[in-house]
Amino acid sequence: MLVVTALAVVRTRSLFAVVMLSGVFSLLSALLFVTMDAVDVAFTEAAVGAGISTVLLLGTLALTSRYERTARQSPLVPVAVVLVTGAALFYGTLDMPNFGDPAAPASNHVYPDYIARSVDQIDVPNIVTAILASYRGFDTLGEVAVVFTAGVGVLLLISGLRRRRKGGSKAKQEGPRA
Amino acid sequence: MMHHHLILRVVTKLLVGTIILFALYVQFHGDFSPGGGFQAGVIMAVAFILYGIVFRLEKVQRVLPPWVVHKLMALGVLIYAGTGILSFFLGYNYLDYGAFSPDHPSHGQHWGILAVEFGVGVTVTGVMISIYYAFAARTPLIDDEAW
Repeated sequence: MLVVTALAVVRTRSLFAVVMLSGVFSLLSALLFVTMDAVDVAFTEAAVGAGISTVLLLGTLALTSRYERTARQSPLVPVAVVLVTGAALFYGTLDMPNFGDPAAPASNHVYPDYIARSVDQIDVPNIVTAILASYRGFDTLGEVAVVFTAGVGVLLLISGLRRRRKGGSKAKQEGPRA
Repeated sequence: MMHHHLILRVVTKLLVGTIILFALYVQFHGDFSPGGGFQAGVIMAVAFILYGIVFRLEKVQRVLPPWVVHKLMALGVLIYAGTGILSFFLGYNYLDYGAFSPDHPSHGQHWGILAVEFGVGVTVTGVMISIYYAFAARTPLIDDEAW
């Protein structure tokens, strides 16, 4: 189903339909995460991928045109690039351990330690939260800083704050609509 | 403007409160169930964005002016970093939550995680809403027929 949705995204000309299909794609991958027992990730994917980014893409869509232009160049080069990249990624997955493999490097380094100690040390039933906020507190602080920086970047680029400040009270009323 | 879409407006009014409540649940119940600051922040932002989509942007900006949202973005990071600095001044390592309850380190962890996740949630809410404001403020109003 993910593949079908992705193909539909590529084939559709109406950008509105593309936005909706990408929301469908996010929901489907959220389901995939649920089946792999990664509930927290699925939650994020459903909220951010299917919810917020669909809205933001619709907002962008309202600023630009609603239909994709027909491509002028031949699609052969992009197709070749995609095929080569996809083949390289598939080749990479051959080296990955099987899903749930107890000998995988990810489940052997510090995680047995986290799992063993978090009940005593942190006493929080949701171990994802325990690792995210406590053992990996610095990482999460960095993530929050990244989110903050992204927000500041978007504001600096497109919010038009400076124009409002320069233009005095009249421009303040009209500013956001200009 | 927008005097039709009666069902949308009524359902939105019903839903916004529920969404905010659910966001708070995800935020403060994140220790026990899936979820945490990131998800809760997004859900909280969705409540305001939904309100802004159905009733116009001006209405939601009367509830939550842009300058408040911009302050929220920075406030969340400050809460997170401030938690670390607080534990610093209590004589522990940076972001060592044991500092908040020396006798019961796990209680301290609870408080620390709660504070930190709250900071995350505030920042994510602020960033999401202000990105929405930035996009929506540039969009001329669209006719319903255009879709």
